[in-house]
Amino acid sequence: MHRASGYTITRDSCILTPVFLQLEFDKRSMLTKVVEKLKSEFPASLLEAKEFRAETTLHIRKEDIVAVCGFLRDDPDCRFDYLSDLCGADAYTPENRFEVIYNLYSLASKQRLRLKVFTDETDMHVPSVTSVWAGAEWPEREAYDMLGIIFDGNKDLRRMYMPEEFEYFPLRKDFPLMGIPDSIPLPRK
Amino acid sequence: MDPVYDVEPKKSKILQALEDKDTSAQFTDPLENEMIINMGPQHPATHGVLRLLIKLDGETVVTSVPELGYLHRGYEKLAENCSYHEFIPHTDRLDYISPLMNNTAYVLAVEKLLGVETPCRAQFIRVIISELARISSHLLAVGALGLDIGAVTVFMWTFREREKLYDIFENLTGARFTTSYTRIGGISQDMTDATKQMIQDFIDQFPAKLAECESLLNRNKIFIGRTDGVGVMSRENAIAMGFSGPNLRASGVDHDIRRSNPYLVYDELDFNVPVYNDGDSLARYYVRVNEMKESTNIVQQALDKIPAGPVHAFEPKKVLPKKERVYTKMEELIHDFMIINFGVDPPVGEVYHAVEGSKGELGFYIQSKGEGHPWRLKIRSPSFMNLQSLPLLLQGRMISDVVAIIGSIDPVMGEADK
Repeated sequence: MHRASGYTITRDSCILTPVFLQLEFDKRSMLTKVVEKLKSEFPASLLEAKEFRAETTLHIRKEDIVAVCGFLRDDPDCRFDYLSDLCGADAYTPENRFEVIYNLYSLASKQRLRLKVFTDETDMHVPSVTSVWAGAEWPEREAYDMLGIIFDGNKDLRRMYMPEEFEYFPLRKDFPLMGIPDSIPLPRK
Repeated sequence: MDPVYDVEPKKSKILQALEDKDTSAQFTDPLENEMIINMGPQHPATHGVLRLLIKLDGETVVTSVPELGYLHRGYEKLAENCSYHEFIPHTDRLDYISPLMNNTAYVLAVEKLLGVETPCRAQFIRVIISELARISSHLLAVGALGLDIGAVTVFMWTFREREKLYDIFENLTGARFTTSYTRIGGISQDMTDATKQMIQDFIDQFPAKLAECESLLNRNKIFIGRTDGVGVMSRENAIAMGFSGPNLRASGVDHDIRRSNPYLVYDELDFNVPVYNDGDSLARYYVRVNEMKESTNIVQQALDKIPAGPVHAFEPKKVLPKKERVYTKMEELIHDFMIINFGVDPPVGEVYHAVEGSKGELGFYIQSKGEGHPWRLKIRSPSFMNLQSLPLLLQGRMISDVVAIIGSIDPVMGEADK
C-alpha cells in the first residue's frame, strides 16, 4: 500500500462504464500536469498516485502535507483553493491503520483532487492544515472526536459531537455498534 | 454544617460603589461589563438544537462558540454496518427539510462507485424532485428568516406553499417527510400522470405566490434594516472557511456544482445562477429567492423534456427487482435474496460525489472494500461547514443580529450533527 519511495500509477482493475469516462481531455491533462508538477516540486513527498472512476488520489508523506496543501492552493497551475472535505478513516490494518483524506476542489479549473496521509496507532499525530484553510478546523475536530487522530497546530482541538468526558473513539472499527454501556454518564436527577 | 470557604466571596465592585454612593467610580475591568449568554439548544431561532455560547460586552458580541452534537445519531457508524440499500432511509433524516435531495445525492455517489447509469427518465425525475426539494428548503429558509426578525406573515405564506409541495411528495413517494424515494439504479416507483399534473399546477401558480412573499419583504424597511450589512462574509473568507451553496454565492463566488460539474441531466437544462457580491444576510436572502425562481424554471423544462421509458437500470445484480417479478420469476427471486441479504457487489475503491444541495455542497465519500456495505462513509454536510463561520459573522455585531445571521445561514441540525 505504502511505497517507500518512487512514484507509481496503479489503476484498479474494474471495468469503467462509459459515463464516467466523459471527462474532457483538457481536464484530464490538467490533473496529469498537477501530478507531474508535484512530483518535481516534492519528489520525496508523493508516495503513490491512484485513479479510480476518473478520480485521482495522491498519497502524501505525513510530514509534508501542510507544504503540499499550501503549494496546491497557491500555485497558478494548480489552484486547489477550496477544501471540500476532510475526514479520517480506520483501515484496521496492523500498520498505517488510520488515514486522513483531503478532498480538494479548484474553483478555477473545476477539478477535484484527493490527498491522503497515513498514520499509525503508535503515532496519532498529523499536522493540521488550518494554516492553509481556516475552515479545516471543524472537520479536524470531527476526525479527532470520531477516530482520535491528533492534529498538531489546530488551536481548538476539542470533541465535536461527543461529550468531553467520553473516553472512546466511536468510528474506530474496534468500537462496537451498540456502544459501550455506561460510557456516557446520564445526568443525575 | 455550613460549608467553609477558603476565600471570602468578593463583593462586586459595582455593589460596593452603589453602597458607598460613589458616583465617580469607573470600571475599566472588562469582566465587569461582560456577560456570557447561553442560547439553545432549545431555542426557536436556532433552527434546531444548535447551542451557542455568546460572550457579550454590553450588547455587542465579543466571541461566540457553537456547540454541536445534540442531534448526533452516528449515521456514519450505522452506514458501516448496513448495506448500501439499507442506508437510503437514513439519508432522509440528515437534512430533514429536503429529504429528496439527500436521497438523490446518496444514490448518485453509490452509483458512481458501482458504475451504474440510470435511465434518462429516472434522471429527469431526480432533477424534478431535487429542484422541488430546493424550493421547499428555500421557502423554509426565507420564511424562518422573516419569522426570526418579526415578519410572521411571510412564514405563514411560505408554509402554505410548502404544504402543497408536501402533497406532491406524498403523491409521488407515499410519504410526506421520510420519502426514501430513490433506489440504486433508479427510483422506487415511476411518476404518474396525476403527479405530473400536480407538479405542473404547482409551478404554474408558484411564481405569483412567491412574488407575494417578496412584496412583503423586499421593500420592507424593518426587514432591510435588520439584514442589510449584517453578517458580512468576504469572498476570501467564504472560500477559506468552506462556505457553500447560496451562502457562498451571496459572497460573490460564482460556483454552482450543477453547472461547474454537471450531474444527472443538468447540462441539458438552461438556468441562471444568481450571484450577489455583498455577502450579508440580505444578499443571502436574495440568492435564495432568485434560486427558487430558477428552480421553477428548471422543473418546467424538465417536465417538458421528460421522456417515456424505464426508471430502473438493467443491472440485475445491483438494482432491486420489481416485487411482482420477485414473486413470479426465479431469477429475480435469487437476485432479490442476494441483494437484500448480502448487498450489492461493488468494486474495491473510493469515490466522492457531491451535488448542489439546497444548503450547499452535499457530498458523500465512500470507501469500499468490495463488501456489501461501505467500509467508510463520510457525509460532507453543508450545514456543518456553513455553521463553522458563525463566530466570524457574529463577532462585533449586536445581540439582536444573532438571530438574523443564523436565519440567513440556514443551518439544519440534522445534517450538521449527522
